[in-house]
Parts: sequence; C-alpha cells; structure tokens
Amino acid sequence: MYKIIRKKELNPTVTLMEVEAPFVARKAEPGQFIILRVDEEGERIPLTIADYNREKGTITIIFQIVGGTTERLNRLGEGDCIQDFVGPLGTASHVEGLKKVAVIGGGVGCAIAYPVAKKLHELGAVVHSIVGFRNRDLVILEKEFRSVSDVYKMMTDDGSYGEKGLVTDALKALIESGEQYDEVIAIGPVVMMKFVSLLTKQYDIKTVVSMNPIMIDGTGMCGGCRLTVGGKTKFACVDGPDFDGHEVDFDEMMKRATVYKEFELHEREKACNLFSKEVK
Amino acid sequence: MPNMSLKKNEMPAQAPDVRNKNFKEVALGYTAETAVDEAKRCLNCKHKPCVGGCPVKIHIPDFIAKVAEGKFEEAYQIIQKSSSLPAVCGRVCPQETQCEQKCVRGVKGEPVAIGRLERFVADWHNEHSCDLPVKAQPNGHKVAVVGSGPAGLTCAGDLAKRGYDVTVFEALHLAGGVLVYGIPEFRLPKAIVQKEIDNLNALGVKVETNMVIGKVLSVDELMDEFAFEAVFIGSGAGLPRFMNIPGENLKDVYSANEFLTRVNLMKAYKEDARTPIAHAKKVAVVGGGNVAMDAARCAKRLGAEEVTIVYRRSEAELPARREEVEHAKEEGISFKLLTNPVRILEGENGFVGGMECVEMELGEPDASGRRSPVVKENSEFTMDVDCVIMAIGTSPNPLIKSTTKGLETQRWGGIIADENGQTSREGVFAGGDAVTGAATVILAMGAGKTAAEAIDEYIKNKK
Repeated sequence: MYKIIRKKELNPTVTLMEVEAPFVARKAEPGQFIILRVDEEGERIPLTIADYNREKGTITIIFQIVGGTTERLNRLGEGDCIQDFVGPLGTASHVEGLKKVAVIGGGVGCAIAYPVAKKLHELGAVVHSIVGFRNRDLVILEKEFRSVSDVYKMMTDDGSYGEKGLVTDALKALIESGEQYDEVIAIGPVVMMKFVSLLTKQYDIKTVVSMNPIMIDGTGMCGGCRLTVGGKTKFACVDGPDFDGHEVDFDEMMKRATVYKEFELHEREKACNLFSKEVK
Repeated sequence: MPNMSLKKNEMPAQAPDVRNKNFKEVALGYTAETAVDEAKRCLNCKHKPCVGGCPVKIHIPDFIAKVAEGKFEEAYQIIQKSSSLPAVCGRVCPQETQCEQKCVRGVKGEPVAIGRLERFVADWHNEHSCDLPVKAQPNGHKVAVVGSGPAGLTCAGDLAKRGYDVTVFEALHLAGGVLVYGIPEFRLPKAIVQKEIDNLNALGVKVETNMVIGKVLSVDELMDEFAFEAVFIGSGAGLPRFMNIPGENLKDVYSANEFLTRVNLMKAYKEDARTPIAHAKKVAVVGGGNVAMDAARCAKRLGAEEVTIVYRRSEAELPARREEVEHAKEEGISFKLLTNPVRILEGENGFVGGMECVEMELGEPDASGRRSPVVKENSEFTMDVDCVIMAIGTSPNPLIKSTTKGLETQRWGGIIADENGQTSREGVFAGGDAVTGAATVILAMGAGKTAAEAIDEYIKNKK
C-alpha cells in the first residue's frame, strides 16, 4: 500500500498527490511514469511522474479527472492509501547536451512538461516555455513553470488569460522572430502534439513528444500501448513514452485511444453515481 | 486387490454448452471414492518408470499407495517433498508426454491417472488440512528470486525448505506469473494459485509485488546493496510477437498476452469489472498453441458467436495439447487450418472489419524434418471478423538483460545458462522460459528446482 501524504486541487478537474513510494523515488527521472491501481478491483492506469523527492521517498502525480478510475482516485484523501503503485517505468527524457529548448505544455500535460523544463533549467539550458489552456480557470503550475523558464508564454483558447490562441501560434511567432532551438519538446493532448510536430517539421527543428496510449502492464508484455513510429511498431511503455514527433503516426494513435470510449463513459457514470449515493 | 480396469476413471466435467458460457473450472475433479479406486490401478512397479517422466521427480507410486489406503494427507506430504505447486501441476501438466507416458499400465490400456490423483490430493489438502507447513531452521543466507511464475515459485519453495531467507520480486500486482495472467480461470482457478502461494508464504517465502527488476532495482543492486548472495532469474518470456502485417494496429487487434491479461489478471469478464475488453461477435485467433486455445475459449465465454483458430499448418502440427484442442472443439471453436493472415481490414471507426488470408500447403520436410507451409497461389480470401487475437508466440523481455552487466544471452534474447541454471555471472542463476523461450509450466518448475539445488551448492561452497 502506498500512502498519500499530500493532496492539492490545482483546478476544478486537476489534482496533485504526493505519494510515499521510496523505491520509485530512488530512481525516478523526468519523462518516466508509474502505473497505479486505486483499490483491489481497480484497473491499472499510467500517470507520468510530475516530481520526485529522493530524500522523502515520495513521488508527485498530477491527474485530470476524466473517468471512473481518476474519479475514484480523487476521492482518496491525505493519509489514505493507493493499492498498487509501480515504477519508474519507461525511458527517461533525453535532456543532456541541449542548449536552448522550447518546452510546450498543453492542459494537464503541463504537469509532465514542467519536470522536463525544470531538469533542463538545472542543466543550464535556455528554456522557452509555451503553455496552453482552454481558459483561465484551468491554469496549473504557472509559478513553478515560470521559475524555470527564460521565456514563458501563456495561451488560452478564449483569451481569458495570457494571449488568445493556440500554443502553435506562440511557437510560430517565436521561431519567426528569429529564435533558434536545438529541440522542441511538446507534451499535451495528442492533437496538440501533432500540430506542433507539423509546424516544426516546416522549420526542420527536432521535436520530441510524450505519447500517452492505453496501457495495461507498462512493462512490455502485452503491446496494448503500441504505436507506429517511422513505419515501425513500438511499445510506448518501454521504447518511450518519448518519441520523435516527426515520425509518429498521430492519426492511428488517436483512433486507438478511443477503443473503449463507450465502456469508459459508462464507468465514469457508475463511479459518479456511487459517490453521489454515498454523500446522501 | 488391484483394480485391473483398462480405462482411467472418468473426470467429471461441466457440459460443453454450459461451460462455454461461464468462467468456472471445466474439470470438476475426482471424489475420494473415485480417487481411491483409480489409485488401486497402480501396480507399484519396482523400477517406477513414471518417476523418470516427471520433471520434478515426484515419488509417484508412494503417494498413490497412500491414496489407495485413503491416507490423503500422507499422500500430500510425499508430493510436497518434490513439488511446491501440486494443485497447479495436477491441472496443467501435459501428463500424456510425461509421467503417464511412462506408466506400465499404459502399454495395454490407459495409464494410471497420475495428474488427476495429484490434483485430488492437493485439493484435499487445501480444503481439509489446517496444519501450516513446518518452516525450516534458518541457515542465515539470503537469496533473491526475480519473477513469481512457476520457475521462481518452485525455486523459492525449495530454497525455503532448505532454510534460506528468500524474497521473490514480482513486477505485476499479483504473484503467479502466467498462472495468474495467462492460464484462464476455467483451467486453473486463481484461488488455487493463491492457496499455493499462501503455502509458500507459510514456509517463509516473502513476495514483493510491484517490483520491476531492471527498473526499480537492478540485479547488481540486489547483490551489492541488499546483500542477496545469489539471484535466480525466472522472468519468463512475456514479450509478444506480432506478424507485422498491415492493419495490425487497428482497434480490437490484441496480442494474446494483452487479451488474456485483461481477462484473467484484471478479471475483465466480470460484469462489474473496471478493466474493459472487446466483446466481439466474430473473433479470429491466429496461432495453434495452448495460448491460442486459451484465448479462443475466453473469447467464446465473453459471448462471441463465432471463434476461429487460424493456423498456417495442418491439424497434426498444432502445438497445443491434444486435450485442449478437443476441449476447444467441444465448446464450438472452429478451426481454419493451412491458412495465414496477410492483412487486417479496417471497418468502421478504425475497428477491425475483416481479415484477408491466403491458403497454405505443406512443402517438403526441411533440415529439421518439419514441413514448412507454402502459400498457395491465387488463394486469397476474406474472413468476416471483428476482433483478431495474435497468439503466435512470445520471447524473453530484454529488460533484465539490458540492465545486468555481463549477463550473456542468445541472439533471440534467452539467457544463457548451463544445465544447473548457472549464468555467465557468478551467483546469478536462471531458468524457465527466460532461458528456453516459451515452454511449459512443469519444465519451468523443473528448472527452478534444479537451480535451487545449484544455488544451495554454490552458497555452501562459497566460504
């Protein structure tokens, strides 16, 4: 069992939890992920490691409430325990040797982009961060992100905060103004990563994306998380989750992600009903 | 007075058209009466050929003699000296090519039903005995076992019986390896696997789940930092193969590993399961081994109207156990033999819409004596399916190899170990599918047992 020692709601749909998991904390690196099971009947879901503290032996996860399992996870409070919590899984992001990087975060993806930006900043790289949210209420980690960024661009879809527009608009403006990046790192919704990759391809800037397909074991034994990269089948849980954005078949990935859509809708309803009953 | 019947006592089983709609165990097991009666068929031969056919060398005539006398607990104690998982082995061993193949009664008539008797004795013990196994006197030495499948559990059990302080590291959230994620409930109830693991815990074996060795800790760290004097690697062959044909990444194309893990480990077949699975109408399972049979029978139980095994050779070459093929047929699984898929077709919304196949014929025997299948010209046809499960084999996961310095492996990924399980690294032993590639439960257990002896020797001689 893995104890939740801190819980904080970052916005109405996004929650941060700091979890006691000393063996995971020993080796965790930005870009890696964990798999958890909320309780005995739970499914296994992957979540990227948002932060780690080796001394305290803790891992921070940040998740968006999107379905039954995240709904149930969000019902746990400080002092409660998560049934299973395994990691660090996947390959760490390659950040060594980069001098100047544009880090793009979309929505809850900022929780994953932030530790990468932080690591780059610690290594002395120049970090230009572009983050995008649907609106002002959904903004997370602004202070943290700013503190590790040389340039910080906030974009909202409706213009309620920062500039109105998409992250690709901001990235394009920076590149057009003459900024030169060794690499662009994009983490967020698949459709966002796809359009960032299409944009940077025009300028021939190496682009790394963090893929989030459906996973079960997360150790390479089932291929549930497979995707096509450069025409070859890769398992995101062991070969990734980071891949070259110019090589990923995003359309296939987006299709595969919807395979259990109906089941998931039903599960979420079930979880919500269950909790509304408990409240009465 | 021996029972001279030429036939084994029948094993009662659920009727095919009943069982293909539930996940309860198919074979129901002997009663005390039929077990005693069957045990009396054993002639208690002096030269005991059956023992030679058992990879873990159970004293078969001795335990059967106890069953014949109705002394079931004593029978269990005899089996338990050689085997750590009798309730499992009695169910899933291919006895027809092992102990029972060597049985003298099999020369004229059917062999003694050794597997069924072993199963009866183990189940009887698990139901009736509340005696905890006696823990061995600790010898002060620590051994780590990587992987809690049949090889790891056997090795751990045997070492614990010798007084070792054993910790088993398992990557998943439940111990058992293929016994929990691969072999379905209707062949091997998970409660039985758990009971066997509880028995090991009672012997002093510690099981640490959620520990992916190679990620969380390396083999070197286990030895240097955590002071394990020897490590046994029983990490299996869990990396699935795909055919690399177009359409393989469509929705509802599964590896058998994924399909079976969802069904068995995550219990996706249950009505209130939180892990989803496709409930397809027309399923094709590609491959002809036991895993293919298991996947097909699971798909049928999930409500599929048509389930077809697609295999590129003929019936005679099916690598699955005869009994599994028969069970599958009884349950209404179809077989499309001498057929090979070439492309999976896209239907609506990126789901599977069909599968294009070619017919095959068997060519001349090759150097190994096997007739390899050759594509028949202009034989393309399309199968109407909405789900495809690839059960064409697995290979060892490269994680341990890539994180353990100096551990030599074959080109295909198998760890190189000698007949005692010794690898190229001092103090590191390996066995089971991690060494041989995908094989059987009992061979993995045999390898675990041999390695336990070798580890004992190694540690004793070290000082």
